[in-house]
Amino acid sequence: MLYKGRRRRFSLTTGGDKLVLALMVGIPVAFDVILIWGPTLASIGLSLTNWRGIGPVTGDNFVGLHNYKILFTQYLLFWPAVAHNLFWLAFFLGIATPLGILIAVLLDREIRGSRIYQNVFFLPVVISLAVVGFIWELQYAPSDGFINSVIGLTGHQSGIDWLGDPRINIWAVLVAASWRHVGYIMILYLAGLKSVDPTLREAAAIDGANAGQTFFRVVFPAMAPINVVIVVVTIIESLRAFDIAYIINHGTNGLELLSTLITNNSISEANLVGFGSAIAVVLLVISLGPIVFYLSRVSREAA
Amino acid sequence: MSAVVMARRRRPVRPARVGLHAFLMVMAALWLFPLLWAVYTSLRPIGDTIKHGFVSWPGTINLENYVNAWTQADLPHFYLNTLIVTIPGVILTLAVASMVAFAVSRFKWRFSLFVLLMFTAGNLLPPQVIIVPLFWLYQWVPMPITDNGLLLYDQFIGVILIHVVFQLGFSIFVLSSYMRTLSQEIIDSALVDGASVFRIWWSVIVPLCRPALAALATLLFTWIYNDFFWALVLMSTGAKRPITSALNNLQAEFFINYNLLAAGAVLAAIPTVLVFVALQRQFIRGLTLGATKG
Repeated sequence: MLYKGRRRRFSLTTGGDKLVLALMVGIPVAFDVILIWGPTLASIGLSLTNWRGIGPVTGDNFVGLHNYKILFTQYLLFWPAVAHNLFWLAFFLGIATPLGILIAVLLDREIRGSRIYQNVFFLPVVISLAVVGFIWELQYAPSDGFINSVIGLTGHQSGIDWLGDPRINIWAVLVAASWRHVGYIMILYLAGLKSVDPTLREAAAIDGANAGQTFFRVVFPAMAPINVVIVVVTIIESLRAFDIAYIINHGTNGLELLSTLITNNSISEANLVGFGSAIAVVLLVISLGPIVFYLSRVSREAA
Repeated sequence: MSAVVMARRRRPVRPARVGLHAFLMVMAALWLFPLLWAVYTSLRPIGDTIKHGFVSWPGTINLENYVNAWTQADLPHFYLNTLIVTIPGVILTLAVASMVAFAVSRFKWRFSLFVLLMFTAGNLLPPQVIIVPLFWLYQWVPMPITDNGLLLYDQFIGVILIHVVFQLGFSIFVLSSYMRTLSQEIIDSALVDGASVFRIWWSVIVPLCRPALAALATLLFTWIYNDFFWALVLMSTGAKRPITSALNNLQAEFFINYNLLAAGAVLAAIPTVLVFVALQRQFIRGLTLGATKG
């Protein structure tokens, strides 16, 4: 249970203690500013230049919003990448996250083997996304993969290239990514369910509510804080998607994502630092929505 | 007739229960399958799968692929790289995060909430948002005594540093909410005894936070171990990269030996799976500490 009472905090007397505290906070803050927030702002600055990584950035490099103009109107990979990130989000929000919630709700009842089921669904979460990519290549490979081998056995000789065909590979990758995401959501949701006051459910049962009514009318509203966490986690994970797509084909040919476009443009022989930064700023702006929403809730609860 | 009586005497087997178990069993089987398939494929020599196909009963089962992956991809070397980054990364993150969380949660000062939010927000950013300037920043910081004359780029210390700074957000968030639940009397009495702030942190706060620190340690180990992105961009020497990148060495240009790849994938996954199996409760507690108090 959350304790919201004001707590007594003590004030310090010695200057030495204050200095120690200032260092305990100041040094990490300095690193956070230099390595996270400084680069965030620098991304915005670089996005207004045509700098290509050679020599210092000068006034001559300033090109205003040119990179954004190219990005929105001429760069053929941008809108597909935005669409793929949105597919990712829609697939997670519409399928993977609800499935994780469903499994959590089912396992939260007293069920034989609940612990074993939990471990099975959670196992993929501890595996690196890069390794997840390889594990699913064994399923998807065109001639040697499990799926096509089985389809072949049933008489279709189409030989679907699950990861190579740009019309379908994003969905194949989403299945692999969901394999990991479902277990993550399940564990978070189970923790939330355990923290729901059991008397709420007893009261609902006495009033004659069935399992579905109890969940949707009583438990789900009581879980508002965890629901927020789960939606935020799902959005952030969708925006962060990178590893699997990169392992499979460096995020090209149907697997373009904002994250892979940034890397492929800026950290490559092309060295389009300014242009890549403009894509990073787009990703930043999209990410700020859920981050600010989440933090405003956190700070309201902490206050 | 007697069957009906039997069923009544026992607890009635409701169809809903049967359906529930059937659903869970099917889902669990689907979830386990890709892993089991990787293990199965890894145990079959490539000749066996060429002859019989991948979906077939095995003619031979052995550890040949594991031996080859181990030596051919030089896996011990990459495990070591991962450990060089992961162990200091976990320890440093926990030490620094517990200090910041202590200062944020147990002292009243003007910007404490702001600092907490700053670290948390940084942890939620997609890493790709900051990677371009970070990449160039890393290339600018000189260090004469290293092999490439740089302190951070293509150096273990650089990868450790970004892991620590990035992971601080989640750890500070979890630890500060954990520390708020500690009793003020313990700290007060230590203060009355004349203990310094540093002393209180080390002798009172850290021991009291041991459950949260243990839970975070297992999570951080897994996250840093599983990293692919930071090392990919901030390390240019392939031989310095961690195990998650090393699997690429098993993917030849024109011919992919899936049996070998499967063995490599299983080997790369084993350490975090073992940590999870051994420390499940810590693991899950760490995640839920971060989520339920939010």
